[in-house]
Amino acid sequence: MRVSLKWLKDYVKLSVPAEELAAKLTMSGNEVGEIDVVGATWEGVSVGQVKALEKHPDADRLLLATIDIGKETITVVTGAPNLEAGQKVPFARVGTQLIDGHTGKLIKLKPATIRGIRSEGMACSEKELGISERHEGIMVLPEEAPVGMPLSQYLGDTIIDITTTPNRPDCLSVIGIAREVAALTGHEAHIPEITYEEQGAPIQDAASVEIDDPDLCSRYCASLVTGVTVGPSPQWMQQRIIASGMRPISNIVDITNYVMMEYGQPLHAFDYEQIKERKIIVRRARDDESLYTLDGMKRELNSDMLIIADATEPIALAGVMGGADSEVIDSTTSILLESANFNAGSIRRTSMRLGLRSEASARFERSISPELAPIALRRATQLLVELGGGKAARGIIDVYPGKSERKPILLTQERVDRILGVAVETERVRQVLTSLGFSSEPSGVSSELLVTVPYWRTDIRLADDLIEEIARIIGYDEIPTTMLSSGIPERAPAPLLSLKETIRDLLVGSGMQEVITYSLVSRATLEKIDPQQKLGSALRTANPMTLEQEYLRTSLRGGLLATFSANERHEEDGIKLFEVGKIYLPKQNDLPEEREALAGILGGTRLDRSWLSGEETLDFFDAKGIVETVFNRLHVEASFQPAEAQGLIPGRTAAVIVDGQQLGVLGEVHPKTAALFDISTEPVVLFEIDLEKLLPFAGAVPRYQPLPRLPAIDRDLALVVDADIAANQIQAIIRSFPLVSEVTLFDVYSGKQVPEGKKSLAFSVRYRSPQRTLTDEEVDRTQQKILEHLEREFGATLRS
Amino acid sequence: MKDKLDELRSKAISELDSIDAPSDLDSWRVRYLGRKSALTQVLRGLATLPLEEKRSVGAAANELRAFLEKSLALKEESVRESEVARSIERGRLDVTLPGRPPALGRLHPATQMLRHICDIFLSMGFEVVEGPDVEWEYYNFDALNIPPDHPARDMWDTLWIDFETEDGQRPMLLRTHTSPMQIRVMESRLPPVRVIVPGKVYRYEATDATHEAIFYQIEGFAVDRNITLADLKGTLFEFAKQLFGEERKVRFRCDYFPFVEPGVEMAIDCFACNGAGCSLCSGSGWIEILGAGMVHPDVLRRVNYDPEVYTGFAFGLGVERMSMLKYGIEDIRLFYSNDLRFLRQF
Ligand SMILES: [Zn+2]
Repeated sequence: MRVSLKWLKDYVKLSVPAEELAAKLTMSGNEVGEIDVVGATWEGVSVGQVKALEKHPDADRLLLATIDIGKETITVVTGAPNLEAGQKVPFARVGTQLIDGHTGKLIKLKPATIRGIRSEGMACSEKELGISERHEGIMVLPEEAPVGMPLSQYLGDTIIDITTTPNRPDCLSVIGIAREVAALTGHEAHIPEITYEEQGAPIQDAASVEIDDPDLCSRYCASLVTGVTVGPSPQWMQQRIIASGMRPISNIVDITNYVMMEYGQPLHAFDYEQIKERKIIVRRARDDESLYTLDGMKRELNSDMLIIADATEPIALAGVMGGADSEVIDSTTSILLESANFNAGSIRRTSMRLGLRSEASARFERSISPELAPIALRRATQLLVELGGGKAARGIIDVYPGKSERKPILLTQERVDRILGVAVETERVRQVLTSLGFSSEPSGVSSELLVTVPYWRTDIRLADDLIEEIARIIGYDEIPTTMLSSGIPERAPAPLLSLKETIRDLLVGSGMQEVITYSLVSRATLEKIDPQQKLGSALRTANPMTLEQEYLRTSLRGGLLATFSANERHEEDGIKLFEVGKIYLPKQNDLPEEREALAGILGGTRLDRSWLSGEETLDFFDAKGIVETVFNRLHVEASFQPAEAQGLIPGRTAAVIVDGQQLGVLGEVHPKTAALFDISTEPVVLFEIDLEKLLPFAGAVPRYQPLPRLPAIDRDLALVVDADIAANQIQAIIRSFPLVSEVTLFDVYSGKQVPEGKKSLAFSVRYRSPQRTLTDEEVDRTQQKILEHLEREFGATLRS
Repeated sequence: MKDKLDELRSKAISELDSIDAPSDLDSWRVRYLGRKSALTQVLRGLATLPLEEKRSVGAAANELRAFLEKSLALKEESVRESEVARSIERGRLDVTLPGRPPALGRLHPATQMLRHICDIFLSMGFEVVEGPDVEWEYYNFDALNIPPDHPARDMWDTLWIDFETEDGQRPMLLRTHTSPMQIRVMESRLPPVRVIVPGKVYRYEATDATHEAIFYQIEGFAVDRNITLADLKGTLFEFAKQLFGEERKVRFRCDYFPFVEPGVEMAIDCFACNGAGCSLCSGSGWIEILGAGMVHPDVLRRVNYDPEVYTGFAFGLGVERMSMLKYGIEDIRLFYSNDLRFLRQF
């Protein structure tokens, strides 16, 4: 909300500079953004009076205006259509900074000679002064404006822009801010008495109000003013309306807006003559009803919406927008003013549904006090009488079905100390509360207060609410700074959390870069990963901001492939990425299962380009080596079996298996999938591991093995086998023999010297016994047995 | 005979002096100390000499042998040294060539900041707990004093899940903050608790340089007997100093979050301008870093903690924002674009 300090001064003394005031408001909860000084550029502009107007001797449409600016009188050429002798106008001397009426840019006023007559200044429009967009004519100042006074002194203002928190509807008003300023600066807020003359018959003779749905309308007040003349509102009011960020419309509308800004109570003015049977009924709409609102739109109503109806039909959407038929127009002479309290939730729902959120709905939805309704009504009625020339009927209508007593709150010294961690003297507490309009009295027990909350503070309900009031007014700097002193609570073990962190470290140590991709992906991405993707296999957001982020991912693949692709365009070196994150698997009528997953992707040159590196590219075995290293460091024994998987190349894909259970997959990305993600690197290898399946194995504690004391004997074993026999099967058999302690595959070869359809595998076998030193003969015998076994099982022969 | 030995000595030494290759040393040894060398012949022939002569020639020959062996050893030493010096001279490297880097990747900057922040709170006795990204409206809003139609719901633009109950309600959403875990943790544990919750949060929001639809938050809360606003101040001030430096000034100002009372916002003095006002702090000299407050009694009551016995504080902060401030990153969207040229900088 934009608050004019000039206006604020009507209610509270402003004894500190605007910046300091803004800081105090900010610290206490009303955050001040911009501070706008109106008239900062008006040096050289003063109040002038038009003494004489004559025709320009050489131009029909130009005038010569003689303007008295106090110390001197100046004659200027002007084309303004609205100038009249006797008027007070803002007059700018040459050299003044003004806004160019056409370009909107700041310019410096220069002397001008028009048709032979020299002008040393000019009378200004509102736009030229930066007051409003109006540029049709010269701004006319009120008659009482003192000739010669600098305009900044007469019209200047400082506007502060306050962001109010949703719990403080009272601060959406100048008086509300005045109350805050009073408490913060030690002054008192003065809210003027409202008096006006009432005439004729009581209002009850002229109109009636019924509330059919008191759950949505706790109070409805109305007054009647007859004989008003609709026209523009006075300049001072227009200026305040503009300062508040609204547009002046007519005296009647301006008065309702003015009082809303002043008190925080939205009001509505009906054309009394249009209310059928002079009857106001507050009720829920019927599903078949509709209403043309002020903006000319036809609104279909339903029974969730609260409306104001007359005897026959809806005439306004309660608290949201008036109806076109009962709108005040130029010929209106009698006004029925409404000041009511509508249910916050209902107003919020209706205004959101219709997209009609306004200054009024913002106040209602924050729960303003019903006590405000008659006060604001009387203030607006007073202004209608004073500025609209009307006669107020005797009394007001006040239907108040929602009246409730607010009980005083018990505030103990002990609670204050316990929440704030500092002893605030009861006297100080009382003084702070009093400055904010609370009244307090001793409860009978010492160091306890019974606090009565002022009607405008609808946000205060508990003792802790009062404690916040104390803290924010005395200032948080007064609160001491202490460290938690109680013992550290018991902690639950979090093995999954530490597994994730360990894996991150292992992969970073293996040369991979961690990425974090969006958990939300597009339908297209899901389909690229799995063309057979079924609807419902991924959770969908109901209101996606963009189709790129519509579905919750069911694998990490999409994000990694897309990230690989995006980086490929500018990276010369190999790319090695991994992500540890959640995937979301839908469940029936419940929150989805959120599973922690790991995925990695790599491709491109093996070594970063340098004077040392060659041309080798990353391949399947780089990825496998990384996965093996991770499992090895976790002390988990994994095996890799040929497998087929969606999106990976058959024959270049392995299932990662631990204890008979598949934990994940590793393989080269299928060229079709790569193409869908615009990846041109070949090969690109991907792995995916289900961390929740890995978790039960990952806790293994390694058992210490005594270091070997006896020497080992190493033998090589070069075999020729069929090309399709898996190396790990042979390796497993070799290792199963007693005395074999390690088997390392050190060569794989096919080509010359190896028959077609065969391959050669060369193992280095280490023999060792923990009990005795082995003899060559023993080792030879074992190696021979191994060979015989492999011959039987796989038809293996020794490579000659 | 003596003259012959003297001649041999001077010849051997002069030849030895001129040697500079190790292989020449060997042939020298054969020539002067080998089995067929003149000196060995002399020593062998001693037996045939008369006793008097045998003694004097023997002593001289043995002395010469010892002398030649010692000279050889010294020469060998010097030849080896000059050989090493030559090989060092040959082996000069261009030490300005780049090194051969070990393969070492990097953690995402958000992970680095998450770890950094978690470590700070772990050292203060907090425990890390994680929670679901997809939440019930109840945990995300209602249980935190934000019922339907509450104006504070505007503070969290929400992404809803396309899921309807039989009675047409749509109660599933992507959590807009990590605060629902306050409820989940307290529902499942008895006080005291001291927990931080790192996690992704989601907003229905158009992205720009300072807004992301998905970002990380860290929630923290502590509930026990006798926890005060002063403890909150102490805990968070300590955190800010550990993260942003000992010399930072820290302040609380009043702010509103429905699930705390009193509610505050914490700011640090701007490190770009030291509080004088600049574009980073929009001229205020202060940079907001987190929201916090004392856990609302209604929230405690909802999880069956007696607010007359227990009090607590809670806070929530945006992780990327901390990284942006610390590293001077100007656009939050860089975090999840995962451009390696960005990620490699951390
Ligand atoms: Zn700054």
